[in-house]
Amino acid sequence: MSAEAVRQPAAAPIVDVRNVRKVYRRDAEQITVLDGINLQVPPGEFVALMGPSGSGKTTLLNLIAGIDRPTSGEVVVAGTDVGRLSESELARWRSHNVGFIFQFYNLIPVLTAQENVELPLLLTSLSKKERRERALTALKVVGLADRAGHYPRQLSGGQEQRVAIARAFVADPGVLVADEPTGDLDAKSAEEILALMESLNRDFGKTIVMVTHDPRAAERAHTQKHLEKGVLKA
Amino acid sequence: MPLPISYNVRNVRTRWQVSLLAVIGIGLVVTVFVALMAMRTGFTLALRATGEPGNAMVVQRGSASELTSWVPLDHRNKIVVDQRVAVGSNGRPLASPEIVVVGAMPRRSDHLPTNVTIRGVTPSAFEVRGGIEIKEGRTFQPGLDEVIVGKRIADRIQGLDLGATIPIQRHNWKIVGIFTSRGGAFESEIWGDLDTMAGPFRRQGGSNSLAVRLKDASTLESFDRWIRDDPEMQLQAVQERKYYEDQAGGLSATLLFLVGFVSLTMGVGAVFGAMNTMYAIVAARTREIGTLRALGFSRRSILFSFVMESVILALAGGLFGCLLAFPINGFSTASGQTPSFSEVAFAFQITPDILARGLVFATAMGFFGGLLPALRGAKLPITSALREA
Ligand SMILES: Nc1ncnc2c1ncn2[C@@H]1O[C@H](COP(=O)(O)OP(=O)(O)OP(=O)(O)O)[C@@H](O)[C@H]1O
Ligand SMILES: [Mg+2]
Repeated sequence: MSAEAVRQPAAAPIVDVRNVRKVYRRDAEQITVLDGINLQVPPGEFVALMGPSGSGKTTLLNLIAGIDRPTSGEVVVAGTDVGRLSESELARWRSHNVGFIFQFYNLIPVLTAQENVELPLLLTSLSKKERRERALTALKVVGLADRAGHYPRQLSGGQEQRVAIARAFVADPGVLVADEPTGDLDAKSAEEILALMESLNRDFGKTIVMVTHDPRAAERAHTQKHLEKGVLKA
Repeated sequence: MPLPISYNVRNVRTRWQVSLLAVIGIGLVVTVFVALMAMRTGFTLALRATGEPGNAMVVQRGSASELTSWVPLDHRNKIVVDQRVAVGSNGRPLASPEIVVVGAMPRRSDHLPTNVTIRGVTPSAFEVRGGIEIKEGRTFQPGLDEVIVGKRIADRIQGLDLGATIPIQRHNWKIVGIFTSRGGAFESEIWGDLDTMAGPFRRQGGSNSLAVRLKDASTLESFDRWIRDDPEMQLQAVQERKYYEDQAGGLSATLLFLVGFVSLTMGVGAVFGAMNTMYAIVAARTREIGTLRALGFSRRSILFSFVMESVILALAGGLFGCLLAFPINGFSTASGQTPSFSEVAFAFQITPDILARGLVFATAMGFFGGLLPALRGAKLPITSALREA
């Protein structure tokens, strides 16, 4: 896994959100969720995104992750203006550049831990054998190699989230996005997950953008951003 | 690379209760389809087994069946001495004049009357027609009021028992034998002596048809032309096998139409059933779809995956349907819708080809049932799919 990003601290931001607005139309009503957001994240950064419920944290994270498009403004991630890509180009781009960590883990129930981790690799040109090996390596990193053949229902919440994290970085994307990754976990499991994310940031140079309500989780990040009524505060 | 098929197979296996109704629905349609196709095949086979390739049927031009055909005696005498007609062991032409009537007799099953073909023949019929075997008793004695009964019709008609006496055209006939004819349509007939029957049946001075054996099957065309060219005779010669196949043609087409119609109507129902189930499956897996799309799987691979899952369900149903249909293989029944309005008994015939068609049919139902739900799943915006519980 590349540590290139860490070696270039002065490099251009890997996440560059420029003057982004996001407006939802509900019947005649317009709801401005994001109102002129600017956010630059340098490579190797660990950012915590905080703010009250409904302030638009998930919306902003989705824009950065390339699963949503801004109403206006630009979102440039890893050198690509996400808004300019077609639907299928965007899907391919996500598989190479973004890893997802969800609040409820979102593992596929009928697939084993190893198969879940292997999923993103199906979109690469790796052979079956290479995919298996890399998935197993990723499971080793999160300390669950012995659970490779287990199904999600046979794992605890914390273990499920660790498998999900392995799935997020197995294809070696530059950016990890996490939406309340500890929101559904007890304190001890949350601590393990945060330690794991810190290690991915420190040892593997992953840029992490994490939405959280939990101040203790936010403390683990290098910087904290506060979103309020569609506007970012430092 | 698309999502692996094993992902769909496992989903079907773990959540089989959800799809049980759809699977059974498709299965039942396939059962009916296989059964009807087996019926059509069995019927066609029963008539196809009737007839020797080297035999010609001489019948009246434009007659729909032997029943409405008439070959006068003087025409018969002219035809049987033709050079092309083969000669039997006794030195006489291999020609079989036959008279045919239809009688109503009660079925064993429901006692309702059904039409049975009664055929008056000469001893040469056995040599010309070929394949007739007496299974029980003996053959009839010319000059006596005796008949032999085809095995299949004996099984189906009340009173057709060896040794019993049956009334035909206000005349009593004693049953002295039961015969088979290699599964052909004659097994659905009653045979007796032509000269004895001609009086009571009012079929004197000729016959309804004349079956002849040709020395060389390839001379059939010139034989037919010679008969047609004679202005005295309103007759024609048709290959025996083709004659009986054509008789089956009408019903076979009707059966095929029935298969098509019933399968289509039931199939549409099953497609809607499958569609319902697939909509429920897609709805239940909305967040999963959002996750897969976020990971980078394309809309197309989601579409393909859910159509595939629907096809897998349908194939499971198809296999179930084929198994359910299997016990009817060989089951005997009869049809009264032949051109002579008499019963032809036949056995349901399930062939590998029919089973394959049944599975293809199931696949099609799965495909069409899965298409719209899969499309809905593929079109979901990722962000709203991920918000689902
Ligand atoms: N598809 C949509 N259509 C209309 N409104 C939407 C849509 N998605 C989000 N919203 C609205 O946008 C606002 C911001 O939503 P968002 O999910 O980004 O908030 P959040 O900060 O993540 O909140 P939470 O902390 O509760 O997760 C909310 O008012 C929400 O109702
Ligand atoms: Mg949120």
